[in-house]
Amino acid sequence: MANFEPVLLKNVGVKESHTLKVYKDRGGYKGLDAALAKSPADVVQTTKESALRGRGGAGFPTGVKWTFLPKDYTGPIYLCINADESEPGTFNNRILMEEDPHQVLEGVMIACYATRATTAYFYIRYEYGHAFRRLQAAIDELYQARMLGKDACGKKGFNCDIYLHRGAAAYICGEETGLIESLEGKRAWPRIKPPFPAIEGAFRKPTVVNNPETLACLPHIFTKGVPWFKSIGIPADPSNPRDVGSYGPKLFCVSGHVNKPGCFEAPLGITCREAIDKYCGGVWKGRKAKAVVPGGMSMGFLTEAELDCKLDFNDPIKKGCLGLGTAALMVVDDATNMVDVLFNSCRFFSHESCGQCTPCREGTAWMTKILSRIRRGKGELSDLDQLAEVANNIGTMPGTTICGLADGAAWPVKNAMQKYRQDFVDFINSKKSLIRQDELVSAGSH
Amino acid sequence: MPVLTDAMKQKIKAYIPRYPSKQAVTLPALHIVQDELRCVPQGAIDEIAELLDLQPAEVHDTLSFYGFYRDEKHKLGKHRLWVCRSLPCMLRGGEQLLAHLCEKLHVKPGETTEDGKITLEFAECIGACEQAPCVLVNDEIKGNIGDNEAANLVAELRK
Repeated sequence: MANFEPVLLKNVGVKESHTLKVYKDRGGYKGLDAALAKSPADVVQTTKESALRGRGGAGFPTGVKWTFLPKDYTGPIYLCINADESEPGTFNNRILMEEDPHQVLEGVMIACYATRATTAYFYIRYEYGHAFRRLQAAIDELYQARMLGKDACGKKGFNCDIYLHRGAAAYICGEETGLIESLEGKRAWPRIKPPFPAIEGAFRKPTVVNNPETLACLPHIFTKGVPWFKSIGIPADPSNPRDVGSYGPKLFCVSGHVNKPGCFEAPLGITCREAIDKYCGGVWKGRKAKAVVPGGMSMGFLTEAELDCKLDFNDPIKKGCLGLGTAALMVVDDATNMVDVLFNSCRFFSHESCGQCTPCREGTAWMTKILSRIRRGKGELSDLDQLAEVANNIGTMPGTTICGLADGAAWPVKNAMQKYRQDFVDFINSKKSLIRQDELVSAGSH
Repeated sequence: MPVLTDAMKQKIKAYIPRYPSKQAVTLPALHIVQDELRCVPQGAIDEIAELLDLQPAEVHDTLSFYGFYRDEKHKLGKHRLWVCRSLPCMLRGGEQLLAHLCEKLHVKPGETTEDGKITLEFAECIGACEQAPCVLVNDEIKGNIGDNEAANLVAELRK
């Protein structure tokens, strides 16, 4: 790992890195050429062998996902790119799309070729206006160069169109079936699964939904090879037959109370402490970390004592977190009150719950109300049991909701009630209030 | 009286060949209308429905899901200024920034200044956490907004 060289971010910071010319001059679209020289089935097989796992949060093996499409299907197949990146703390895809859109688009084209998708819908959140314009310019360049459209890249029978589709500021559109509903022009209500999108997705046709960073890994797998990809990261645990390992480079986003917040590339499996100290200049103001969110708000919290947790697909789970998620670290220093942190998390999920399933809609709202009361200094100790009870009963794991939003809303609460319970007990007993004077000014809604 | 101009209708129609269903053009159409009119009036809903072979209720059903779209009574100002309040921004003063802007602009989140120039909103994570506290001006991210930067930004938007 000592000689790890970034590939995903290698063009970031280079002048005009977003243009086709610069991207090609720096070795771009060679991965696509290599893929197009193979059969689609071989491209799927190579992707499967690389053990590339989805970077969007769930970590599902990408090649395996593609094999779920029906064989020899003659109708249209769609690829949806999930660029609704809205998980608090996450901005790695924004950087890729703004600074190196062609890298993502090369991955999109490889995925289209492998899955025989003829149309890719690139669903991008509304807030990413700059990324949207950069991507549109890059797509226009590709059409001009005849690298998209009918017989794309001069390859007979490879028809590939990419359309950008802008969201409208709703977190739930990052859930893959919510995204599909939204793309279809409906409310973004996640669908009951099965059928999974591979069988019945966008416009009721077989569909693959992939994350931009996942797709950006593909060109490198096809230029540098599977052994290169698997030389990076954490190998599969031999004692766990279901583990497929955590291979490849990963973008980590670090925000909150660190000296140098930002996005960097490192092998999967660096520790949380390394990410903070080595890459981000340590916790700010000489303080210690009180809590670190390992992968986007819905993953829960690691305590200071747990910071040697490896940032791969397994270790955060062993520490009681929901998973690696988007590998977006949010660092909370020890001068911050966990009541404020948990309130912020619950308020987010309650605002973003789509309202379709009652346990999520009501559960997230009540957790926010209870925490709001605690913040005002009116909490009771029994509130903590109530919070834990709600958190334990909402989500796909207890089986009360359609999608995982509620699991993500519940996890920080469950972690906080286990790992920081004493903080909450002490705060409630103090009868203090955390309400700032200026909050009364900004109380409003939209 | 038609609400959509011919130019808007052309823009909407240009999206139709991209999708296997006309309904998929609903969000693009709503964006086109709101960008121009700063809201989506009832008349526009009817006309979009006609263009896309939908019932107005179907368009409204979709529109009302996304808190993003405004009706005529809540028309947006010239600029929409979103202030992020999610955790990474909260940890670096995002909530104080929102309160500061409320006081400076004499509005609450969701409201528009009297001169019609700025609609202030809170946002959930806008994906620029390395630049916290950050804001979104229409659809452009601006980061590291302290009190001075906020004052400059407001002056710029009020021009």
